[in-house]
Amino acid sequence: MSITAAFFYVFSTLCIASAIMVITARNPVHAVLFLILAFFNAAGLFILLGAEFLAMLLVIVYVGAVAVLFLFVVMMLDVDFAELRAGYIKNAPVGLLVGGIVLAELAIVFLGSQITVGTATSALSSMPTQGSGISNTEAIGRVLYTDYIYFFQTAGLILLVAMVGAIVLTLRQREGVKRQSIAAQNARTPAAAMEVVKVAPGGAIIPSASSDESK
Amino acid sequence: MEIGIGHYLTVAAILFTIGMFGIFLNRKNVIVILMSIEIMLLAVNINLVAFSAELGDLTGQIFALFNLTVAAAEAAIGLAIVVVYYRNRGSIAVEDINMMKG
Repeated sequence: MSITAAFFYVFSTLCIASAIMVITARNPVHAVLFLILAFFNAAGLFILLGAEFLAMLLVIVYVGAVAVLFLFVVMMLDVDFAELRAGYIKNAPVGLLVGGIVLAELAIVFLGSQITVGTATSALSSMPTQGSGISNTEAIGRVLYTDYIYFFQTAGLILLVAMVGAIVLTLRQREGVKRQSIAAQNARTPAAAMEVVKVAPGGAIIPSASSDESK
Repeated sequence: MEIGIGHYLTVAAILFTIGMFGIFLNRKNVIVILMSIEIMLLAVNINLVAFSAELGDLTGQIFALFNLTVAAAEAAIGLAIVVVYYRNRGSIAVEDINMMKG
């Protein structure tokens, strides 16, 4: 068994095992941590396939952003997760049935059809040859910023919309929080802010109603 | 034994099935359902990259890249909805999501 095969079996076994742990873990924090482990092992599989850029992207985007977001939300919400697991066993047979059917279908597709995957004769964007000195990242960049530039821009727009949407959904104006209002400060004029009171000799200043209220 | 595309497709198929099973298993917990969807998207990405490597065509990797973008956006929006929903109802159980009476 070659070293590549050994690494493949290690990565794929760990990936599948941690994916199983994600869906069966009692504690959702553990589930998120196993999800991170699954992503790391998938990144290892990508490296074995020669897609280094996607592997690093998986680590940075998924582990660094998405999984940490999951972790934030799991820890932020004070939910009784034990209660949510009620009916866990009851749902298992249906899930096993549907999962088994899907797996059987995939197996039938894979075994029944003769997939002849030689080298593509008409590759849309062929990979650089081994000795050309062009790395995977550079090759992807050459294709992504030329042929797929509109798709790339659309991906950026999707992320922008997702960012705006997430902020709009979760932003809330709380009552009773004192914060600085720069617009109100800038709108103040001496006429509005100061009151000149003439005090008669021997008289007293009777506070006006507005200043009395603020006390 | 040489590792071919069949091995990677098998791993992806198993991962996809696990993701689908997870949705049924944790029918009440939205967060675990979202994680199951992430696992299914990961399986799809493994398929795309495996075919890309097999065919010597970079297009599959480009597609996986866009897939990653959409998955990240979906996770962000989904979790934001979960947070808002928890604020309104104090629970994230799926069967309580009936405010719109659809």
